[in-house]
Amino acid sequence: MDFSLTEEIKFLCKGVQKFVKEEVEPVAMEIEQSNEIPEIVKEKSKELGLFGISIPEEYGGLGLDMVGKCAIYEELGKTHNGYTTLIGAHTGIGSVGIVELGTEDQKQKYLPKMATGEWIGAFALTEPSAGSNAANLKTRAEKKGDKYILNGSKHYITNAVDGHVFTVMAVTDPTKGAKGITSFIVEKDFPGFQLGAVEEKMGLRGSHSAELFFEDMEVPVENVLGEEGQGYVNALKILANGRAGLAARNLGSCVKLLEHCMDYVFERKQFGKPLFEQQAIQHMLADISVQIETLRSLTYRVAWMTDQKQRVVREAAIAKLYGSEVYNKVADLAVQIHGGVGYMKDYPIERYFRDARITKIYEGTSEIQRNIIAGELKRGGGK
Amino acid sequence: MNIFVLMKRTFDTEEQIVVKDEQVDESGAEFIINPYDEYAIEEAILQRDEHGGEVTVVTVGDEEAEKELRTALAMGADKGVLIDREEIEELDQAGIALILSTYLSEQEYDLILCGNVAVDGGSGQVGPRVAERLGIAQVTTATAITINGSQVTIRRDVEGDEEEVEVSLPVLITAQQGLNDPRYPSLPGIMKAKKKPLEVIDLDDLDLDEEDFELKTRNVEVFLPPKKESGEMIDGEPAEQVKTLIAALKI
Ligand SMILES: Cc1cc2nc3c(=O)[nH]c(=O)nc-3n(C[C@H](O)[C@H](O)[C@H](O)COP(=O)(O)OP(=O)(O)OC[C@H]3O[C@@H](n4cnc5c(N)ncnc54)[C@H](O)[C@@H]3O)c2cc1C
Repeated sequence: MDFSLTEEIKFLCKGVQKFVKEEVEPVAMEIEQSNEIPEIVKEKSKELGLFGISIPEEYGGLGLDMVGKCAIYEELGKTHNGYTTLIGAHTGIGSVGIVELGTEDQKQKYLPKMATGEWIGAFALTEPSAGSNAANLKTRAEKKGDKYILNGSKHYITNAVDGHVFTVMAVTDPTKGAKGITSFIVEKDFPGFQLGAVEEKMGLRGSHSAELFFEDMEVPVENVLGEEGQGYVNALKILANGRAGLAARNLGSCVKLLEHCMDYVFERKQFGKPLFEQQAIQHMLADISVQIETLRSLTYRVAWMTDQKQRVVREAAIAKLYGSEVYNKVADLAVQIHGGVGYMKDYPIERYFRDARITKIYEGTSEIQRNIIAGELKRGGGK
Repeated sequence: MNIFVLMKRTFDTEEQIVVKDEQVDESGAEFIINPYDEYAIEEAILQRDEHGGEVTVVTVGDEEAEKELRTALAMGADKGVLIDREEIEELDQAGIALILSTYLSEQEYDLILCGNVAVDGGSGQVGPRVAERLGIAQVTTATAITINGSQVTIRRDVEGDEEEVEVSLPVLITAQQGLNDPRYPSLPGIMKAKKKPLEVIDLDDLDLDEEDFELKTRNVEVFLPPKKESGEMIDGEPAEQVKTLIAALKI
């Protein structure tokens, strides 16, 4: 297996690195305080082409494979996670459905505008009654002529505020359980679409998750995504596709935290010498490094397997689970190494500590990942 | 309009400079497009977008400089030219200018842009020397360029003051900070850059050989600036501190 990145991907990463360092990092504190990503940063990110990384070239995107995408996600993970989430949710769960399952007409209509970031994508599965048990949806879609009429609500939907195009799962046949769910491409301008309250969260500031309400919302039949009755399977596929990318984002955040730690342990002196001289500190740094390298291997292996068109259900769940656990542990160690400074809001460490927490919850909780892994073990007899 | 940009690959301005054996140690260092040349590239792209034509970015260097040429292509330049100087061990600004002007004399150009200085050597000589050799007008430290037909109006920075100059094409202009805000190479631009032409030529192709070069400058010594000495802390009550400070400043 070859883990080296192509010259082109390295070139792209260098571009993203420079952009992140010069345009996003300097406003990270501002994003944290104002809970808004400055409009200019969003505009510049669009100009750079970041919104198109997962969209095929023929629709105006970069058409990167999973390894290439992960390399870019790793760079994006090195800055404010609210910003990372805006791009990550759009290029991941917010657009992958249309890329993978869309008809030619749907792709022509949506992908070019999503590639430039003019239309931002979101993924709307979760409802108050359907979290981990995603098949328990209550949102109804009833066919009337050449339209489906949707009624119901969603919550915690990332990019809901900026979003224009939503991949929405709704029940078309309540007698069939998980097999009675269908996915739809919904635009925010469809009559009956309404944005609800924006959630107040622990972290991921600047990224907005909100409720959606559908009241007799009209969705034309040509906006059914994939086949009727396949919505639940579609949702699982879209989520599975995003898992390596999330691991890569977490990897980037861990790398950034180690960077912060390395700066601090040489700068900060106690007992007449830099913190680094303390073996206890060295061991924490070593533990961070071990976790980063194992996560790196795992992430790029899953990405590579995905590109080889191998079945990665178990591996992707392992990467999602491990990546979020590692991120949380590394963030905890980073706070510890920084002492009081690590707990203070005028320093970025505590922000990563809070932002790390969500990664064990969204896109399938750690428990659900373990369920998936166990299910796959059973399926393959442990192989 | 045919626009040529003269570009140099330089040390990343954030690199720690290490001097080893009387030379700047380049091993492991990161390189970038000379920041002043970035203004020149950006200006070339803007002028091309406004007036049509083509932007060719030229550099004298070795194979490694292809990376910076690709970056220029990713920003939006149309063609890259790498003049491989490998045969010649030591080259000064006069030598570089000879190579560039020899190359340019065989091209059709309307506008030649380059950086005012390179952030490494800082000589600021290459642009003016090239213009001299080509026998065309030159305007240095431009902060604004307006082209109207064959008339060019240039605002230039003269040590903090401003001056407006009018010239006609062809002209060589060197870019000063503030000329524009260079764009990031966009990600789709990077993908497209690999398909754009990048020509590599050597000194043979220009009918130049070692005898044509004569060093006009000689390096006497290479050394780092002296380390800044740490400041002195003045103790005591504020009133006392002020007195001590004034006394110290009077010497
Ligand atoms: C910031 C944020 C952004 C989000 N963005 C999106 C989005 O863009 N789109 C979207 O559709 N959703 C989104 N979500 C929803 C997210 O995916 C769900 O919150 C998540 O799937 C968990 O569902 P729940 O919150 O209802 O928790 P519950 O399902 O109620 O789970 C509570 C606890 O029980 C455990 N549990 C539940 N069932 C089992 C089981 N079978 N075995 C073991 N343990 C179990 C869970 O692991 C968890 O620990 C987002 C959530 C947040 C917080």
